[in-house]
Amino acid sequence: MRRKQSWEQLHRAVKERILTIDGAMGTMIQRRKPSEEDYRGVRFKDWASDVKGNNDLLSITQPEMIQEIHEEYLAAGADLIETNTFNAQRISMADYHMEEFSYEINVAAAKLARAAADKFNALTPDQPRFVCGAVGPTNRTASISPDVNNPGFRNTNFDELREAYSEQVRGLMEGGIDIVMIETVFDTLNAKAAGFATLEVFEELDLEVPIMISGTITDRSGRTLSGQTAEAFWYSMRHLRPFSIGLNCALGAELMRPYIADLAHVADVYVSAYPNAGLPNEMGEYDETPHDMACQIEPWAEDGLVNLVGGCCGSTPDHIAHIRQHVAKHKPRVLPEIEPKMRLSGLEPFVAG
Amino acid sequence: MSNSAATNFINVGERTNVTGSARFRKLIEADDYDTALEVARQQVENGAQIIDVNMDEGLLDSEKAMSLFLNLVAAEPDIARVPVMIDSSKWSVIEEGLKCVQGKAIVNSISLKEGEGPFLEQARKVRRYGAAVVVMAFNEEGQAETADQKFEICKRAYKILTETVGFPPEDIIFDPNIFAVATGIEEHNDYGVAFIEATRRIKEEMPLTHVSGGVSNLSFSFRGNDSVREAMHSVFLYHAIQAGMDMGIVNAGQLTVYDDIPEELRELVEDVILNRRDDATDRLLDAAPRFKGEGGAKGREKDLSWRENPVGERLTYSLVHGITDFIEEDTEEARQQAERPLHVIEGPLMAGMNVVGDLFGAGKMFLPQVVKSARVMKQAVAYLQPFLEKEKEELGIVDRPAAGKVLMATVKGDVHDIGKNIVGVVLQCNNYEVIDLGVMVPAAKILETARKENVDIVGLSGLITPSLDEMCFVAAEMDREGFEVPLLIGGATTSRVHTAVKIAPNYSNNQAIYVLDASRAVGVVSKLLSERDRDGYISDIRSDYEKVRTAHLAGDAKKKRISLQAARDNKFDIDWESYTPPKPTFFGPREFEAYDLEELVPCIDWSPFFSTWELRGRYPSILDDNVVGPEARKVFKDAQDMLERMVSEKWLTAKAVIGFWPANAVGDDIELYTGEPRHSQLAVLHTLRQQIARDHSRGRAHTALADFVAPKDSGLLDYMGGFAVTTGHGEEDALARHFKETDDYGRIMFKALADRLAEAFAERMHQRVRKEFWGYASGEKLSNEELISEKYQGIRPAPGYPAQPDHTEKGTLWRLLDVKRKAGIALTESYAMWPGSSVSGLYFSHPDSHYFGVGKIERDQVEDYADRKGWSVEEAERWLAPVLNYDPGRYQGAEVA
Repeated sequence: MRRKQSWEQLHRAVKERILTIDGAMGTMIQRRKPSEEDYRGVRFKDWASDVKGNNDLLSITQPEMIQEIHEEYLAAGADLIETNTFNAQRISMADYHMEEFSYEINVAAAKLARAAADKFNALTPDQPRFVCGAVGPTNRTASISPDVNNPGFRNTNFDELREAYSEQVRGLMEGGIDIVMIETVFDTLNAKAAGFATLEVFEELDLEVPIMISGTITDRSGRTLSGQTAEAFWYSMRHLRPFSIGLNCALGAELMRPYIADLAHVADVYVSAYPNAGLPNEMGEYDETPHDMACQIEPWAEDGLVNLVGGCCGSTPDHIAHIRQHVAKHKPRVLPEIEPKMRLSGLEPFVAG
Repeated sequence: MSNSAATNFINVGERTNVTGSARFRKLIEADDYDTALEVARQQVENGAQIIDVNMDEGLLDSEKAMSLFLNLVAAEPDIARVPVMIDSSKWSVIEEGLKCVQGKAIVNSISLKEGEGPFLEQARKVRRYGAAVVVMAFNEEGQAETADQKFEICKRAYKILTETVGFPPEDIIFDPNIFAVATGIEEHNDYGVAFIEATRRIKEEMPLTHVSGGVSNLSFSFRGNDSVREAMHSVFLYHAIQAGMDMGIVNAGQLTVYDDIPEELRELVEDVILNRRDDATDRLLDAAPRFKGEGGAKGREKDLSWRENPVGERLTYSLVHGITDFIEEDTEEARQQAERPLHVIEGPLMAGMNVVGDLFGAGKMFLPQVVKSARVMKQAVAYLQPFLEKEKEELGIVDRPAAGKVLMATVKGDVHDIGKNIVGVVLQCNNYEVIDLGVMVPAAKILETARKENVDIVGLSGLITPSLDEMCFVAAEMDREGFEVPLLIGGATTSRVHTAVKIAPNYSNNQAIYVLDASRAVGVVSKLLSERDRDGYISDIRSDYEKVRTAHLAGDAKKKRISLQAARDNKFDIDWESYTPPKPTFFGPREFEAYDLEELVPCIDWSPFFSTWELRGRYPSILDDNVVGPEARKVFKDAQDMLERMVSEKWLTAKAVIGFWPANAVGDDIELYTGEPRHSQLAVLHTLRQQIARDHSRGRAHTALADFVAPKDSGLLDYMGGFAVTTGHGEEDALARHFKETDDYGRIMFKALADRLAEAFAERMHQRVRKEFWGYASGEKLSNEELISEKYQGIRPAPGYPAQPDHTEKGTLWRLLDVKRKAGIALTESYAMWPGSSVSGLYFSHPDSHYFGVGKIERDQVEDYADRKGWSVEEAERWLAPVLNYDPGRYQGAEVA
């Protein structure tokens, strides 16, 4: 199968230094306070339902805004930027009755990020920039029943998810992404469907890009929402032979560390981490300063736990610039040798022998 | 079988399989998924590491049943924690299952049955869904029967999977088909051998792959005779595992232990499975009915044929096998036959205990069994007690005469009593009357009781080093008060040398004798109480101890020490210049109330548990030991059962306090400060330095704990920590509530487990200190074995143990951590911790810090140390007695090299 050219550049860069991933898209959009009209743009002026809050739609209706945000992150030094497509598959789009635009939104979003990255690749050719196609978890769970009285029930399933993800990944690839980023995984079965779809699309296009996977540990129990430990999560996703495994969102840096350390120990691929800027305060705002956040992330680099770092909810270009500066002096994590053993998982890991 | 092979064997639970379990099939057919889930839960609770789910039943909608069951399992964390094996002969059912599991599952199975096309397609999908796979030795021509066929098909599948599909070899599991043997059809006779042989070749050529099989097929022709079936499974697995089989779909609860199979049956079964003789099948068929209902794991328990024997034999049987179920009715029967109730004890019960004693002496019974025997004996005696009392009232008869009276006590300042209790039980089993004064018993009370009760022997026990000194004191007191009975010495820190050199000379009226363990106690006591043997035995001991003393003195002179100054000049040198000490996340003490016991269970180091029971060997290999293995397994199983109750019913309350302080070394002391800057001292911890004279060319340092902390003049801000943990709160209460007075086995087991939990607690706390609280090794990820073998950074030495033999340093630690108030652990006058199931120590973080023994020290260091501690030299000599390289009594400025 053909590999995209950026494949080698990425592999070279990650060996040289700790790479930086951009910060929150949503936070940057909120700062600009777009109105219902802004969301609708000209094209959806007469759309029957409200679309305010459909951030992914902005890639079509307010492309300048989205590209500007990408460029701010690139200017802050981000090596990897994520497309504005966190909810851009038909299961989530159904909230706005916009299922039919899923593919188009992904193509448009990928092109915006591509254009921004290419601009900086020209400006700073020594620092190659990469576009990650963001593939979010959807708003449904394949492993958890939404009805507590009927634990066998599901409001989505593997096949439905796989089809929705197929369409999304196809759109992202069409728009020119360098990496598929399956992120904020709170139900591993959803992520397995996304991975399955991604491999199918690669096969269909005869073109392969690296896959990054990032799960979410929802609280101090150290488990994903669907109940897996970080190690079990890795064993569930390992068959995709991803470029990296990691964690993002939900926890601030301080609480995330032990689980990043777990992954760093068991995964023979690169490790990524992009926590929230602290935990939301009583006003629902993330108030960790760029300096504080960078100071919390730096020891991860110092201790050789990470290869890629960045920010999730609440983080801004200023956060990313600080993080980048703090980790710059540290060597990237060296991949450990992992003995070939059958490594299975339920909610917990099982290693044979 | 080799240990690692046996312990690596993966048990796949087989009960959630409609083709293998009629019960499960009926539940699924009746849509009773709640109960079906219970079946899955029980399997996981019973140790299934993976659960096999199979819904292949003609009348079921198998796809739907598979996905519904797996979706329901996903909602049960107790079940969903283990991986699933999705088992079906229909690909569509497998695929439906794969769409329902978030974990990494195993597909069971795919094969070359329909050629390479479908095989490739299915294999690719399995890979894409992210599962491991079982490959049956099946090709276009059918199921492989011979070893060659099996191997060739597996080899071919392997090539396709690894080269074309990119399947990782470690995710491939071969099932080379287990078929029924002993069917009467000659061609079937070699099926067992073929599987075993194929397994061997598969593992040789494709070592990363696994071999599995459904074992129950093998014994199909013996349906209805579970004992023979279980024996066949056990023998088959024994050989197949040796050949490399590492996974099996088995009902682990119904497997007989290979060694427990009656030899005749094992031989017959082995002939069949290994196809060793042409008439093997006929011979097994002929013999099978005789083994029906015995020999099997369950069969033996149910076999009650011994109940038909005369009452005396039944009592012996119950005593030897530790069975309490019938003891009262049998004792009653014996009582009715006997002239007097006392005769039951002196007659059949003692006869039974003599058998136990003989078997124990011959190494055919092990301590846990003997203790169980004692429980049975005590129950019988308790039953007879009212009758004895009544008779006494009526006839004015004195108590039954015992073989002798032994007083036992753990000396003042010490709280450890498991070993003492075991000795007591063993002695009682041999008809000695034991007066147990318990723990922390002052010398005066020992002497007073010994006199009042007119005992024949006094036994002293102790675990911590200051107890050695206390024992010398008791011996001297006994001498002074004119006692003339033998004095037995036992306990972890006691030794033959110490008894000979230090204790015996204090007691010239009779003899102080060291007893290595409980199994020796009876022999020693019986000799001491036998008029014929006593004098000869004591004079043997005397001459032996005289030799020990002479050798010890001679050895003393040879064991040169270097001067304290020379030792300091050769301290353990750490390159502080290039080092930044890690800073703890908090300072001062932090307490942990009612710590979760469950979290401690995985940290338990089991090896010492077995040595408590005098079963020698390391865990887990001890479970497979040829000699003690079966007993070790039993006692281990009992321990697991009790531990589960202790944890789930919260019999004990675990408390801990840990703390960190800014610290710097000054000479051989460590100064702790109240804060930064380091102006005011909080406390000083004193350490002792090795003085052993070594060959200098080796370049080994003379280490003291202070060497592991950055010296004050380095200007570095270093830190250290301390801890005290206990799992002893609630111990007395639990003993009173859950154990009968007569249940020595349970009581000893409980105390041993409480001790293990305390050690586990210390281990767990240290781990959290490294990863969280001090946080210098947050990425650490060690297995339990690695933890036990201390493969981590930093140490937690305890005052009173080899790296710092001075127990009194605990006093400083107690003050710093406010241990008494925060964790409820008190210190006795000998600095033993009370409750006994407690552990304390210091935390050092430097990567080069390591455990060592201070060894013997010279008077120059004792003087220096006394000065630093504010003691007189005599006081120092008393606390450091076990490590003095000289006899303080005859110190004459001995030569120091």
